Formats: sequence, C-alpha cells, structure tokens
Amino acid sequence: MSEGEKKAAGKGTLTESKKTKTIKVPIGIFGVNIAEVEREVPLDEPPPLPVNAELNVLGKPTKRLDGHLKVTGAARYTADIQLSGMLYGRILRSPHPHAKIKSIDLSQACKQPGVRAAHIITRVVGTAKERDEKTRAIDAKILFDSSTGVPIVKYVGQPVAAIAATTDRAAAEALEYIKVEYEPLPFVVDMYDAMKPDAPKVFQGPTEQEGTAGGGGAPPGLPQKGNVRGPEVAGLLGGDRGDVKAGFAEADLVVENEYHTQIQMHSALEPHGLIADWRDDALTIYASTQGTSSLRDDIAHLFNLPKNKVRVITEFMGGGFGAKFGAGNYGIAAILLSKQAKAPVKLMHDRKEEQTCAGFRPASVQNLKIGAKNDGTLTAITLSSHGTAGTALGAGVGWAAQNLYKCANFSSQHFDVLTNQSPGCAFRAPGQPQGCFAIEQAIDELCDRLGLDPLELRDKIDADEMRKQQRNLGAKAFDWSKRKRAGSDKGAIRRGVGMAQGEWPRFVDMNSSCELRLTNDGGVEVLSSVQDIGTGIRTVLAQVVAEELGLLPTDIVVRIGDTVFPTGPASGGSVTTGSITPAVRKAAHHLKLKIFDLASSKLSAEPEDLIMKDGKISEKNGGNSLTLKKLAKELPTDQLSVFASRTADYGGFEKGNFLGFGRLSSVQFAEVLVDTESGRIHIERIVAAHSCGRPLNPLALESQINGGVLQGISWALYENRHVDKASGIVVNPNVEQYKLVGAKEVPKIEIVLMEEYLGRSATDATGIGEPAIVPTAAAIANAVANAIGVRILSLPMTPDKVLAALKKGGSR
Amino acid sequence: MAGKDDEYERKQSRDISRRRFLKGAGLTALSMANLSEAQAAKEASAAIRGPGATAVTLRVNNAVHNLQVEPCETLAETLRTQLGMTGTKVSCDRGTCSACTVWLDGATMCACMTLTVDVQDRAVTTIEGLAQDGKLHPVQEAFIEKDATMCGFCTPGMVMSCAALLARNSSPTLDDVREATCGNFCRCGTYPKVFAATLAAAGKGVK
Ligand code: FES
Ligand code: FES
Repeated sequence: MSEGEKKAAGKGTLTESKKTKTIKVPIGIFGVNIAEVEREVPLDEPPPLPVNAELNVLGKPTKRLDGHLKVTGAARYTADIQLSGMLYGRILRSPHPHAKIKSIDLSQACKQPGVRAAHIITRVVGTAKERDEKTRAIDAKILFDSSTGVPIVKYVGQPVAAIAATTDRAAAEALEYIKVEYEPLPFVVDMYDAMKPDAPKVFQGPTEQEGTAGGGGAPPGLPQKGNVRGPEVAGLLGGDRGDVKAGFAEADLVVENEYHTQIQMHSALEPHGLIADWRDDALTIYASTQGTSSLRDDIAHLFNLPKNKVRVITEFMGGGFGAKFGAGNYGIAAILLSKQAKAPVKLMHDRKEEQTCAGFRPASVQNLKIGAKNDGTLTAITLSSHGTAGTALGAGVGWAAQNLYKCANFSSQHFDVLTNQSPGCAFRAPGQPQGCFAIEQAIDELCDRLGLDPLELRDKIDADEMRKQQRNLGAKAFDWSKRKRAGSDKGAIRRGVGMAQGEWPRFVDMNSSCELRLTNDGGVEVLSSVQDIGTGIRTVLAQVVAEELGLLPTDIVVRIGDTVFPTGPASGGSVTTGSITPAVRKAAHHLKLKIFDLASSKLSAEPEDLIMKDGKISEKNGGNSLTLKKLAKELPTDQLSVFASRTADYGGFEKGNFLGFGRLSSVQFAEVLVDTESGRIHIERIVAAHSCGRPLNPLALESQINGGVLQGISWALYENRHVDKASGIVVNPNVEQYKLVGAKEVPKIEIVLMEEYLGRSATDATGIGEPAIVPTAAAIANAVANAIGVRILSLPMTPDKVLAALKKGGSR
Repeated sequence: MAGKDDEYERKQSRDISRRRFLKGAGLTALSMANLSEAQAAKEASAAIRGPGATAVTLRVNNAVHNLQVEPCETLAETLRTQLGMTGTKVSCDRGTCSACTVWLDGATMCACMTLTVDVQDRAVTTIEGLAQDGKLHPVQEAFIEKDATMCGFCTPGMVMSCAALLARNSSPTLDDVREATCGNFCRCGTYPKVFAATLAAAGKGVK
C-alpha cells in the first residue's frame, strides 16, 4: 500500500457500508510480476476475476456486435434521423471577430418560403465568462445593445440568429434575408499580440470557465491582466516542489528550449448536431454526443426542466474526440426553434461550421528548462507555458514535465491568453501531447548531449514500473539496437529512430449504473445510458455479461445511449470502460444469484453449488442441469431485473472519488525517413506499447491505439488551422485545405498490449482513448532529430521547417 | 460573358443527357414500364429543367424510383432524404472525404458532388445494395472480422471504395488498397485494419 492508499483507507473511504469481505485479486503485469493482493470490498461485490488466461470471453478478441449494422449502412446516426414533420435548422454566424450588434431584423427572413421559426441568439455557450458581477455589468453595458439584447460578438462564426424551415436548403436561403447591423470593434487574433498591454480586450474583466466531462476549462480564481490569465501553478496532480534554483546550481548541464505546438481540429466525420423534439412540455433529443446523461442534465439546467422531462438518445455516433459534450449553441438553437415551431428541428453543423466553431486543441508555447548531472540524473525542471483557446480557457500543457520523471525540484507556471477566436475545448488527452512534445524532446536532447541511450536513461530516471516493461518489450519488437548516433545517417534520405513516453490518469466516474434483465424467453439485456462513440463499449458490455452468465457475447442484447436507462458515464478522459464495466459485472453476478435461487429447487441443489455455462445452469460437480431458457419460462413476471452502480475503487481513490491509483502508461517508438532535399518526413513504422488494466477486447483496443497514433501523426506532421490576423477568419475551414493523415501516409503500426492487473474493481479494466495519442508526436520528433541531427521544436513538422532546421544545423 | 457560356454549355450537356436518357428508357423495358407516356412526353419537351422540382427516374440497387427533385439536389441528398437510404453519409459535402461514395455503373463517385438530375439512367449502387440475397459482400465480412470500423461513419464509403477496387482488381497489393482509399477520410483511424480487411477479402477470391 502506498502512503496515499493508506490515507484513503484510513479515512474510511474504502466502502460506504461497514459490511465488507476480504478478497484476493491479481496484481502486477502478466508474464512479468503477477501476484495477488488482498482487498477489503463491500459484501455485495462479485468474487474476484482471475487473469484473462483463465476466462472464456474477456480478453479474447471479440467482433463488434454492431459491425454488421455499420458495414451495411444500417446504423442510424443523428445525421440520418428523419422524424415526421421535421424541420431543418440553420444558424447565421458573425463575419466579424469583435463587434456590437446594433440591430437584427428577422422579418424578411420569416416571410421566406418554408420558414417556420426564427430567433435571435441571446446566450452563447462554450466560451469563458466574466468572473464578477461588476465586470459582468460593465461588459453587459458594452455587450448588450438595449434595443437588441444581443451578446457582443467575440469571434468570427459566433451564432447570431437561427432559423428553422421545411427543408435544409430553405433554411439556408432564408438566412440570407436576416438583416444585421454590426458595429465592428478592435480585435486581436494572434496570441503574442493579445499579450501586449495595449491589446484590445477580449473580455472586460477576469474570466472563468468550468471544464466539460472531457476536460478543458481552467482552475477558478486565477489573476487576469488584460487578455492574460494566470499563472496557474498547480493542477490535479500537484504543483511546484523542491528548490529549482538550488537544483540548477547542482546541474552539470542544462537543456533549455522553446517548443511550439499548433491548433488541432477534431474533424470528426459526423459533425456536431442534434434533433430537438419539444412537445407537450417534454423534450426528446437525438444527439451526436459523448455524454447522453450529461447532455440531459445540461439541457434540463439550461431550460429549467425536470430531468425526467428530457430524454437524450444517441444510438450511433460518428466521432467526438472530446468536442461533443453539452448542448452547444447549435443545440440550444434547435431546442428553442422546436419549441417555437411545435415540430422537431434538426440542426447539424455543416463542415465549415465544424472546422471553425466546434472546438479545437489549443496551441501552446512552452519554455522548458531541465538541469541534469553528467550521469543523467535530473536536478531541476522549470516550465513556463502560454496557450490560447481563443475565447475559451484551458490551453494548459498537462503534467508530463512535472510527473514523468524523478526530479526533486520542479516549478511551473501556465498562462491562458484570450484571443478573438472561436472557443477551443477538450481534445483527446487535453494538454498531455503538448507537454510530452516538450519534455520528451528535452530528455532526448539530454541523452544526445551526454551520449546516453534514451532507454537506459529513462530506466534510471523514470520510476514507473509499467513503462520500464513497455520500454523493454517495445524495444524488442522495434529492434531498438539498430539505432545509430543522431545525425550519423548520410545521403539525401536519412533514416532515424526515436521513442517517447507518456501517461494519463486513471479516472473513474462513480455515476455509472446499469440494469440487467432476464426475460421469460431466456433473453438477456443490458440497459445503460452510456454511449458507444466508436470505441466498442457496446461489445465490451456484452462480453462482461457473457463471461459472468456463461453465454456468448452475441447472446446479449445491449441497449445503450438512451437516458431512459440508468445513467452511465460520459465518454471523456478514458473513463468509460473502467467506470461502467464493474457495475455491469456486479449486476450480472446478482442476476446469476437470483437465477441460482430459482434453479436450486428445480435441481434440488444448494444455490452455492450451481454454475452457469453454455446457456445452462448445472451443479458444479456435473450433476443435474437445466437450460436458462427453460428456467426463464418459470419467471413469475416477464422479466427478472437487477440494478447496479459502480462500487468505489478497491482500496480507495488517490483523490476525491474520481482519480484512481495507477496511471495509463505508454511508450511509443518511431522509425522515419527524412528527405533532406524536399524536407518531407515519411513515417515507416510505429511500435506502440500500452497498458489499460485488464484488456477486455484486444481487437477494439488495437483499433483505438491505431486511432490515437494516427491522430498523433496527423498532428505532428500535417494539421494546422490558419487564421487571418487581419480579419479573424479561418482560411482553411474545410478538410481539403486542412490536411489530415490519409491512407498513403499510414505507417505500419505494431502494438504491444500489456496485461496489467491493478486490483481496483470487479473488472479491473480501464480505457485507452487518451494514452494512445500522448507520446506519438514526441516520438516522431525524436526520430527526426536522430535522422538529421537537428531538432525541430515546432509542430507541425512541415517540409519548410525541416529544410530550415537542416540549414541552421548546417548538415546539408 | 463567362456566365452565359457556362449556361449554354450546361444546357448543351443537359440536352445530350436528355437524349441519352430517352434512348436508354426506350431500350429498357423496366424503365419504360415505370415511365408513364405522358411523363415521357413532358420530359422530352422540357429542354431546360428547373428552377422548380423536376421528374427523374433513378435506378438504385436495381430498383426503379420515380421522383421529383430540384435541379440543384445532389444524389446524396436524394438518397438520404427521399429514399431513406442513409447509409451513404455526408461529411464534407464537397468531394473531399468520400464518406458519400456510391457506384455509378460500377465506378466510385462522390454522391455529394453528383446532381441527381445528371444521374439519368446510370445504375446507382449504394452501401445498402452491396450485400446480395442477404449475404454480405466479402469486404463487408472482412471489415467485421478485422474490426475495420470504429465509429463507423466513414465505413460505408470505405467499404464501397474497397469493394470497387476488388471488382476491378481481384488481387490488389497494399499500395493498391492505399490508392483506392486515399480519398476516404477516417478520423477514428481504421486505415490499418481497412487495408488488412481488403487484402483478406481479396484472398477469399472476390470476383
Ligand atoms: S461528403 Fe461527399 S466527399 Fe465528403
Ligand atoms: S470509423 Fe470513425 S471516421 Fe472512420
């Protein structure tokens, strides 16, 4: 037990009820150091699960239950739903980055053919808000023209008015008839310009913004000067430690650089959008969301409705990556239009709206300085970072510099810079890829300068046992031994290899519940509002139930993505699997106990002596048996039902009731070719070693790791949003000029999936979404430095930067 | 007066298509049976279509549909809103992402960039028409087997591109698959498995 664990256990956070039992659960890395640990758990917890090798379904590659629907086009996404009498909504957006709205006239627009409803947007969400009443009042004076009551425009694309019409085209055409009189105000788009004392203010006073279920947002109460908010000196995992001055004094050498990372657009294939159907004072929402339940709560709050009058449905969802939480401006508009028109209204972003007003990973500038002894021991780390999420907060760079390595002296400060750009938001592992890009290159540079092998040095300065194993296994799969000294490859095309590592916390959402039903024809259904955003949780839930009840995953019907079912977690921060699967296993276990109770008289056996296997209930010693189908016929009612919620982590939490002990560690290796004449980087191979607790469905896990790596590559080499400083307009608001990784640039990706046991829940599984993207860009940057002997400190690593680096490095 | 010239050219090509359409209709008993004579006469006399809705006959997955469409309506819109075939996805709506890939006479085409009035008598195949007699196309089976779908929004377009590749090349190389899917965006990152699935399907001897 670590210190923190003892504290947590001591505080009595272990369990709610006094009644506990002690169970022995596997702990450690399978094949390396597997052992058993005792945990005190509530009496109603299921018995411990053995390691995957002893299981029938869990840990086995399992085809997606909804694969058939997806490959035949039968899967219905929000974008596909058509309700009878449904109208189409469209939003008029501001062409100005900062302006007061003098007047809005909807009258002509309302007369256009097919128009059924129109309204002026009086509330904009997704941005930061003024902190205190006083500044809010000053802002209000400037913000609201008393005759229009319309908020001030703070970014190009800010919603101004919305229209619903009988067809999408009619709605789009009617927008042209809305007359808006703007009074343009001075604005600032560039981060450095916004930091100047005389820069136009984006907000009138200090700002605040809470995060979403996917992250983002900023700690409350920080100072703000003009557009610069901060410093933020401590985060979730702590803040400064030791004495950096003394640390640097001890150092034999110092690595100090400025690292730049650019904006990344989520670019999900299905844009943001929802259908609002407001009738009889109840609201049904079909939404492309990462959190059905959190969206329901958001809407209930915004519209002052009881939660049970709002139903959110997300059967299939075409990608989110952190951007799809909450009602959004489009959602609020659709709901109001539906209320006004008394008809369902569908409002989906078009691609331009999606690429300009739907969030992004904020850009960052990091000044990172590390001091080390000649043997590579770190003596001090300081990090000062700035970032802009436009009109939003939350441009931090995570805690990689702070926590990846042993270093007694650490100090950091982060500043959010507000600019007149659309609001950024959480994007897959908010902050961490940025932070890793800096610290992992700094460590690599340290190795180069000290003539140390990057793996050996990390073995020495990284305390994480999992990463040590990942480095070891990853290096074998990758054949790390072929690595040559940086810059030693000659010729026009140079080969390089590099690696980097990362981590993500193990978050748990305790608000995770499900219902499990056995129907009297022997069918089994799992019900939860948890949504499958493409990760495959639908299939994993079936696996969990199948394992417990001795059935096949295909025997289980999984009904999810609907808030009429018990509340499941929102899918952000890699929480889904680790939060909902223990609840589902608990439910399955209790359903099994009920089944055994019923069966015991039929089989004249004690319930404890029964097992379920191959669709049958039988005596352990192979005596009598009975099929589940037959037993189910005897149910007194149509169904037997069990409700269960997530139990607190075994052994308590590291923090609150959401941060679990243990981290999701990752190590990635990259092999690249750099064309020194054209400046192009070609990635040949990635080896990705990952851990996610007990792997439940290796097939889907591999897919998610591939996905994280590819988004990391895309960010490292290609993606960049360009905003015209003079107008605030995004000049590449589409996917032909916003370059994403494509089929021709996909390298060979090899995955080393660790089987790790933490002994923390009834399934002991966690997610993989975030960790998969964290170290990728840094690994590529290190491989590029190894190839050409010069470092590229700015993303994306486009040919011009490669050529400039070569020129500077004088190695052409 | 580029505008005028454009208009003239468009009219010319429409006229040519119109003729081809009628010729096709005359030769195909099925199409003829579904095209009332009065309608055919009306169609024949209409030199310029629009600005309002106009009659078209579409052949989608071997079924014939008589529809009224606006001249500016894309095939993707018609399929999705009029025919309820929402397997064809729209993501960029400007020919970049290939989520809307369908086949016109067996060749892949972006349905978001194709006007329905221009489809005329060409055979449209959508993702809904790929499985034959309830049996999945080998590419579809391989996609499930290899987990080549995640959120699935790009999947129909991806499947149509890969199945078309196998129709013209029964033993493609990895590079052939990359080439065939280089217009298909997948933000979830299914590419490695799309490649594996398509090569596996080819191994099964797809015609
Ligand atoms: S929707 Fe047609 S190519 Fe993107
Ligand atoms: S599977 Fe989600 S975009 Fe391809």
